[in-house]
Amino acid sequence: MSMVDQPVRRGEIPEPRFGFWRRSFAMVIKEFIQLRRDRVSFAMIVMIPVMQLLLFGYAINTTPRNLPTAVLLQEDSDVARSILKALENTAYFRFTREVHDVAEFDNLLLSGKVLFGVEIPRGFERAVRRGERPALLVAADATDPVAAGSAMSTLGVVAQTALEHDLFTGDPAAPPFEIRAHARYNPAASSRLNIVPGLVGTILTMTMLIFTALSVTREIERGTMESLLSMPIRPIEVMFGKIVPYVLVGFVQATLIVGIGVLLFGVPVRGSLIMLALLSTLFITTNLAIGYTFSTIVQNQLQAMQLSMMFFLPSILLSGFMFPFAGMPVWAQYIGEGLPLTHYLRIVRAIMLKGAALQNLEYDTIALFALMLLAMTIAVTRFRRTLD
Amino acid sequence: MIAAPVSAPEIAIDVHGLSKSFDGREVVHDLSMQVKRGTIYGFLGPNGSGKTTTIRMLCGLLTPDSGEGRCLGYDIRRDADKIKRQVGYMTQRFSLYQDLSVRENLEFVARLYGMRDPQGAARDMISRLGLSGREQQLAGELSGGWKQRLALGACTLPNPQLLLLDEPTAGVDPKARRDFWNEIHALAAEGLTVLVSTHYMDEAERCHEIAYIAYGYLLAHGTVEEVIAKSALSTYTVTGDQLHTLQDQLAGKPGVDMVAPFGTSLHVSGRDKAALDATIAPWRDDKGLHWQHSEPSLEDVFIELMTRSKDNFQ
Ligand SMILES: Nc1ncnc2c1ncn2[C@@H]1O[C@H](COP(=O)(O)OP(=O)(O)O)[C@@H](O)[C@H]1O
Ligand SMILES: [Mg+2]
Repeated sequence: MSMVDQPVRRGEIPEPRFGFWRRSFAMVIKEFIQLRRDRVSFAMIVMIPVMQLLLFGYAINTTPRNLPTAVLLQEDSDVARSILKALENTAYFRFTREVHDVAEFDNLLLSGKVLFGVEIPRGFERAVRRGERPALLVAADATDPVAAGSAMSTLGVVAQTALEHDLFTGDPAAPPFEIRAHARYNPAASSRLNIVPGLVGTILTMTMLIFTALSVTREIERGTMESLLSMPIRPIEVMFGKIVPYVLVGFVQATLIVGIGVLLFGVPVRGSLIMLALLSTLFITTNLAIGYTFSTIVQNQLQAMQLSMMFFLPSILLSGFMFPFAGMPVWAQYIGEGLPLTHYLRIVRAIMLKGAALQNLEYDTIALFALMLLAMTIAVTRFRRTLD
Repeated sequence: MIAAPVSAPEIAIDVHGLSKSFDGREVVHDLSMQVKRGTIYGFLGPNGSGKTTTIRMLCGLLTPDSGEGRCLGYDIRRDADKIKRQVGYMTQRFSLYQDLSVRENLEFVARLYGMRDPQGAARDMISRLGLSGREQQLAGELSGGWKQRLALGACTLPNPQLLLLDEPTAGVDPKARRDFWNEIHALAAEGLTVLVSTHYMDEAERCHEIAYIAYGYLLAHGTVEEVIAKSALSTYTVTGDQLHTLQDQLAGKPGVDMVAPFGTSLHVSGRDKAALDATIAPWRDDKGLHWQHSEPSLEDVFIELMTRSKDNFQ
């Protein structure tokens, strides 16, 4: 038995060195032990992702319109303008960007800022007039086959009719030019390819939210909050202690889902696995912070669950998981931008299916970071330090 | 150090005019108290009288609506963080983690206070508490008495200067209760200040000083002798037959402030000795009754204070 720490009565207990880390660490260990003892939660960590993944076998079909499209005009001519007009008339395409070189064009597609790119090559009009039937390139981001599919299917008609009024073609059966459609990233238009990365995001949102949304109310309802508050621990330390163990849990879940996706459904991971892991951790932490914020606001566990559901539903509906984001009305897109899942879906799809790199995903990474900091700030300020 | 303790170092708790309301109902009213360092201060009063609320205000868990004061020299409103570092608070309801083992609970506390060797400190405390062999048991599975010991161990673990114990012995068997008080006296001998709330009268006698609170009003304080002396209560102890009938007959008569059975005897008390003597005169000659003028017990004093305050405040 150690005799080093002989009690010294009546002395002030000093603030220990590295007090912040010691207290956060104390909290983390405690939470880990509690999680380990909670068999149901433990089962949930494995069961939820596996079940969801196996159940979600199908996609929901919609016909999105006004999809953002970039144009690379190598020449400015009447013919080119007529074709663009005809494309816009289909109501599927909306020209949001005009770019000047191929690199920019590719970058926009990669980052998901546009779903389509139209390239009109130099000397196009002259070639049409000469009857050479030149090719016009339409590149589509086919990671979401539902979004890309219907728009692509109208291209044939556009080629037939776009120049009806401008030209005097000798042979009306043969279109005056050719459209070369190129479905990028997901040439087979497999919706599973799109769904599995999406599921990583939705499953993590749900489980992470619920784990932390209950954490503070549980302490209050079990009466342990009174003891905890009477000890010298600060709100930010409580928060860290409650979040850190679940970052690990979320990481295990993400690995499980991606693993099943790759092994069972043949989903590729084209980008960097390390980056996927890092950004997933960021997303996991953001959700944990939001759930924790909920638990500092609500009065009991029921309210915590309800609030989580109220957050989870729009996350599913407005993030681009169920319906293509670009096809949603503007107001819904605004809401969607405020949801971490929206940004993570872009990230996870881009990394897994398109092989995107960090510089393509800067905006979404920063957005996730901002949402995380916002949630943490609210949680720390909202945390009630007394029983009043 | 800006917030160094400023009030007299011999006073551990020094508060004035504390009030607290919940939903418009005042549960602690204008309460002032001083507790000297190194003493065991008993905080007595019936259920719902505001003991827990007062203790929570002392350690920064509740903010008083009005009033101010110092705890270990720190301002109870501004320096709650500093107070928490020096105070061990044992809650009325067991509030350690039921799904953590004895050892894990103690280690958690040791880590939170930044103790150098949390495992060693927990181990030492387990043997001091006589909990060896149970350290792996979940706290939720301990019996009431053991839970109480563990809770005391947890709040003394970081070597605090002040212990706030909220009804630590409620529902504990007499043997465990005695052990508990021995432990508290041992701690006080080491220089620790202890504020302990209870509603057991015999425990009041074990305190150096006591305060009595009812319906949010602090009605009396001092040593047990002082409280009894200040009550100016005249008490007769009656033994004999038909005490039950006598109790009914005397209740509410002029001069009789309190009449209550104590075991096989009846205590009849009043503040106005002359009026009391006049009222009981007819029964004093009763051959079946034996009357003896006696010092009121603490319980007499408290029951009298309580009934009086009930009339005044409710
Ligand atoms: N958080 C609270 N909200 C509302 N009422 C409370 C709260 N805490 C205590 N009370 C009320 O204040 C009164 C005093 O309670 P308490 O301080 O617990 O008394 P004691 O500890 O002496 O039994 C009781 O009537 C109780 O119902
Ligand atoms: Mg109480």
